[in-house]
Amino acid sequence: MTLSVGDVKRIADLAYIEIDEDEAKATLIQLSGIFNLIETMQAVDTSTVEPMSHAQSVVQRLREDEVTETDQRELCQSIAPQVESGLYLVPQVIE
Amino acid sequence: MFNASLKQLSLQLAEKKISSTELTTEFLNRIKKLNAEYNAFITVNEEISLAQARAADKMIAAGQANPLTGIPIAQKDIFCAKGWLTTCGSKMLSNFVSPYDAGVIERFNQVGAVNIGKTNMDEFAMGSSNETSFYGVVKNPWDVSAVPGGSSGGAACAVAARLAPAATGTDTGGSIRQPAALCGISGIKPTYGLVSRYGMIAFASSLDQGGPMAKSAEDLALMLNVMVGFDPRDSTSLQRDAEDYARDLQKPLAGLRIGLPKEYFAEGMSQDVASAIEKALEEYRKLGAQTVEVSLPNAPLAIPVYYVLAPAEASSNLSRFDGVRYGHRAQSYSDLRDMYRKTRAEGFGAEVKRRILIGTYVLSHGYYDAYYIKAQKLRRLIAQDFTEAYKQCDIIMGPTTPTVAFNLGEKSGDPIQMYLSDIYTSAANLTGLPAMSIPVGLGDKNRPVGLHIMGNYFREAQMLNVAHQYQQVTDWHLKSPV
Repeated sequence: MTLSVGDVKRIADLAYIEIDEDEAKATLIQLSGIFNLIETMQAVDTSTVEPMSHAQSVVQRLREDEVTETDQRELCQSIAPQVESGLYLVPQVIE
Repeated sequence: MFNASLKQLSLQLAEKKISSTELTTEFLNRIKKLNAEYNAFITVNEEISLAQARAADKMIAAGQANPLTGIPIAQKDIFCAKGWLTTCGSKMLSNFVSPYDAGVIERFNQVGAVNIGKTNMDEFAMGSSNETSFYGVVKNPWDVSAVPGGSSGGAACAVAARLAPAATGTDTGGSIRQPAALCGISGIKPTYGLVSRYGMIAFASSLDQGGPMAKSAEDLALMLNVMVGFDPRDSTSLQRDAEDYARDLQKPLAGLRIGLPKEYFAEGMSQDVASAIEKALEEYRKLGAQTVEVSLPNAPLAIPVYYVLAPAEASSNLSRFDGVRYGHRAQSYSDLRDMYRKTRAEGFGAEVKRRILIGTYVLSHGYYDAYYIKAQKLRRLIAQDFTEAYKQCDIIMGPTTPTVAFNLGEKSGDPIQMYLSDIYTSAANLTGLPAMSIPVGLGDKNRPVGLHIMGNYFREAQMLNVAHQYQQVTDWHLKSPV
């Protein structure tokens, strides 16, 4: 598999990380090396193996549908970058 | 006092030979004196620590003491602690004062342990040398030109330099065991699901597990007794009966079968490490254990599998850092997407970005089956290897790391060389098995060597027994660089 600078920029875009041309070029070299290492996985035949997503095969617990959290809005918003009238402020997204 | 075990400190507190306030003050003074050199702590908060110490003194006076009451514990800066700056080693969280306590912090608070400070770490626990921290590198107290290992490098350094009697760490691919090995201390990653992940800032959720780092196996047992326990707020926390992890420490080792995976004793291990490990195995044979060769044929795949699965989970977990509700936000931006992009470009360091990009790629359309599913299939094969191996042995041993601590800067420009320092440790995370490291000698340049002890699921008490018996007949765990 060969990655291109365009691929790196596309992935960075998907990950919402701004990246300039020089960074993309440097990143390409490192990612290519890492993917060469990752490619060694392909040597093993796994056609009959079930994927393992987790170390313990536990069933997802459910709990009673009741209120367990107290209102801590002020505390949580005290560390927010920008709030107004109890709301988190972000740049306008709707015209 | 700085070399005392947790049991000795607990006894001194119980006998009123020292108060927690005095003990805490001594350690705070030591940190004040030495942290500039080692950089083991990101945050120290005398006011909170001393208030906790005074409360502990009251608990002790009232006869309500637990073995850890009043004892200063260094907390890795990945654990949210209410009122404490909790940075996870990142610029992204450089202004994050946690509004709540992690499950692990709550458990230490309940027994009256003192939080002596938040330890330095690789950014978001991604690194094996502590060089990716936004807060600067940590020095190895055995040799300040060497790395302490990572990601729990500050914790390992703090215990080794006697800045704290014990510390917490977290381990996603080796982040407790590798720094423990490189700093000459003991550390254990318990079976996945035993220690609550609530409030432990997530890196790769199916691999992350908290655990203790201390001077000896006996100290680790006392720490585990506090740290392990069900937490309904962690969806993968296991509901099990409470155990006393110190219960089997004194058992003789006669008849113990130690499995030596031939893949771990092959090319790649340096001569000084090999020789220290062989001497440790000889000590175990003298203690009545027998060694048998076992095979983990898929072991060499642990690193490539890990570097698909861990970044995949990380790219998802770290999507929460967007500059909206907490943490860093870029100063100037044109619109919402630009705010996300600039905030994340500024807030994350190079290694974290690299892993987010790997993860984003392997999860993206058209590559998911070839990388992510493939890695999950190999993860099962690796786990099956261990199931087979444990039919022939009780415990598996090998080196924790292929070499002793490398020099600062030696591998920081080469991610792959850095990744390979976790070659023996990452399989325990993929399988969820418990694993630990204990010091068993000094290698090149007098830098410590760690023995990796792996057990079957939930066999922590047995592993601690195996480690403790060795520490009864040797003194590597008592050696201090300071």
